[in-house]
Amino acid sequence: MTATLYIPCDSAAIACGAEEVLLAIQAEALARKIELKIIRNGSRGMLWLEPMIEVATPEGRIAYGPVAPEDVATLFAADFLNGGKNHPLCIGRPEDVPYLKNQERLTFARCGITDPTDIEDYIAHDGYRGLKAAAHMSGEAIVTAVTESGLRGRGGAGFPTGIKWKTVLGLDAQQKYIVCNADEGDSGTFADRMIMEGDPFLLIEGMTIAGLAVGATKGFVYIRSEYPIAYAQMEKAIVAANRAGYLGPNVAGSGKAFDLELRLGAGAYICGEETSLLESLEGKRGMVRAKPPLPAIKGLFGQPTVINNVLSFVAVPTILDKGATFYKDFGMGRSRGTMPLQLAGNVKHGGLIEKAFGITLRQVIEDFGGGTASGKPIRAVQVGGPLGAYFPQSLLDTPLDYEAMAAAKGMLGHGGIVVFDDSVDMAMQARFAMEFCAVESCGKCTPCRIGSTRGVEVIDRIREGQNRQKNMELLADLCDTMLDGSLCALGGLTPFPVQSAVRHFPEDFNRPAGHRAAAE
Amino acid sequence: MPILHALNDEFGYVDASAVPVIADELNLSRAEVHGVLTFYHDFRKEPAGRHVVKVCRAEACQSMAGRDLEEHIKRHLKVELGETTADKRITVEAVYCLGLCACAPSMMVDGKLHARMTPAKFDKIAKELR
Ligand SMILES: Cc1cc2nc3c(=O)[nH]c(=O)nc-3n(C[C@H](O)[C@H](O)[C@H](O)COP(=O)(O)O)c2cc1C
Ligand code: SF4
Ligand code: FES
Ligand code: FES
Repeated sequence: MTATLYIPCDSAAIACGAEEVLLAIQAEALARKIELKIIRNGSRGMLWLEPMIEVATPEGRIAYGPVAPEDVATLFAADFLNGGKNHPLCIGRPEDVPYLKNQERLTFARCGITDPTDIEDYIAHDGYRGLKAAAHMSGEAIVTAVTESGLRGRGGAGFPTGIKWKTVLGLDAQQKYIVCNADEGDSGTFADRMIMEGDPFLLIEGMTIAGLAVGATKGFVYIRSEYPIAYAQMEKAIVAANRAGYLGPNVAGSGKAFDLELRLGAGAYICGEETSLLESLEGKRGMVRAKPPLPAIKGLFGQPTVINNVLSFVAVPTILDKGATFYKDFGMGRSRGTMPLQLAGNVKHGGLIEKAFGITLRQVIEDFGGGTASGKPIRAVQVGGPLGAYFPQSLLDTPLDYEAMAAAKGMLGHGGIVVFDDSVDMAMQARFAMEFCAVESCGKCTPCRIGSTRGVEVIDRIREGQNRQKNMELLADLCDTMLDGSLCALGGLTPFPVQSAVRHFPEDFNRPAGHRAAAE
Repeated sequence: MPILHALNDEFGYVDASAVPVIADELNLSRAEVHGVLTFYHDFRKEPAGRHVVKVCRAEACQSMAGRDLEEHIKRHLKVELGETTADKRITVEAVYCLGLCACAPSMMVDGKLHARMTPAKFDKIAKELR
């Protein structure tokens, strides 16, 4: 009998030692003369358990994790190849773990279950149903479905996806483009990466539907260079989709063409901003363009372009397959559907949590996350990446929805949640926000380029106790200037983390000079 | 950009002498090519050490003592970020998030990812870099 094993090819699993575990398992199996079939699946998103190995058994898949090479001998001894439960690392069936059971996985339904680059496996697990439905619909009908689903851009700004598509559909042009923003630069985020590594056909399907919807025949995925595995997985999946007729001159029998190409970023955070990304795709410096004209009207090479985040595109196949109403019935207020949240930092159970909008920060961090990894009290939580605000304990009951987050002077952004324990020095975090802006500024606006460098200096002076009151006022003025005088959100939003640190944690800006927090 | 990536991957940096050649090929000015080369953090203007360590400096890694790790590496190798050790063995660079934020702190060593790092783990890895 050949045992079937699942060992994730996800970057996080590999960084935690999946390759070493794989080698140890192969060596042990060879010694025991056991034949193995090993499938490199994506990650289920329970990242504290990675590398998590699963074994196919008659009662379903049984998981073990986090596995280290040293554990392999005892796993064999516990008969893990037949789902042996008598091992401290045995987790049982992954779908029974509350962390997964209590999620609403629409987008991540397949991730971790299928063989990511096997198109047959994708189709066997309800893949390409959305595209097959779309292939027989008019562009208008597809756009209407996306509009009615209430889907809003998952890249940060939360702009309604259907409206963007409608603009592009309504324009006459020789060539229109679909561009996927896979630059995922926000700290604390990894959902785009997980989908590209663990279910790449879903992104291809979503972008293909967008192509049919607006009449674009060409698409590009701009992937950041920090994600080599995602790039390789997407490359394989595109070849397979072309071969099977899901990309190319006649996609899924629709009579319409759609081709997809990959492009690699080069380590510039600003290239996640859509106009900078388009400049970069054209082979130029990633300087932000002034808007208008919107990319929808004059985008890549001056042509009408749909540019969306990975998570926006991958929500679309479900909407076309199950209907706009099905999707819209999840969520609250004007935030409809589900959001793949990414819980990270100093937290016991970090990972991917796909939930309907409306769950509170506290529920995510405590119910799913199980509190801090260090066991110390939570002090601050940054939501929405390096441009997102820091939340204190008292605001943890804020629901995760676009409007509620804005009301609390924060933003949901791309759904990254980073937890800090009480050793954090918030003046240092504010300093980092300014430093990051200075490093990543494209250089077009003075407030962003110079203001951020000044910001670092001012915070240094505050920390050293020089003329505190005057420097705090100066910092507030700098923030206002950046808010008002920046072309894009890098300069325009950097004040958010800074001001939230000042507002909620004033004591950290008033410590004796030379004080060093425990974290340092 | 694909050309610059290819050169950077092959030689570890993009030599200034490549700029006019690329400019000619693509029918661009030298200033344009130079501008692109200097805009992106990935492209190196001078040769790197035999090994490249990219340490994550972003928030999720900070929350898990990433700053301590960074200080340890700098002390241990006697370099600042962006510098190469005197024996040309290791170049240390900053990176802002590797997407491993739930398993922080993290780093990339010659393209290989490492998560849940500690100073001790780093010493072990560094010892094997020749
Ligand atoms: C500094 C900056 C960085 C950004 N980084 C990203 C990113 O990494 N990924 C992304 O999808 N959007 C990013 N955005 C947002 C994009 O500009 C744009 O809103 C998004 O690609 C639109 O897609 P969506 O409507 O699907 O969200 C960034 C914006 C700014 C100002
Ligand atoms: S705000 Fe900063 S990053 Fe944005 S366009 Fe201006 S200089 Fe460039
Ligand atoms: S993004 Fe690196 S120089 Fe601007
Ligand atoms: S913040 Fe370090 S990997 Fe994301």
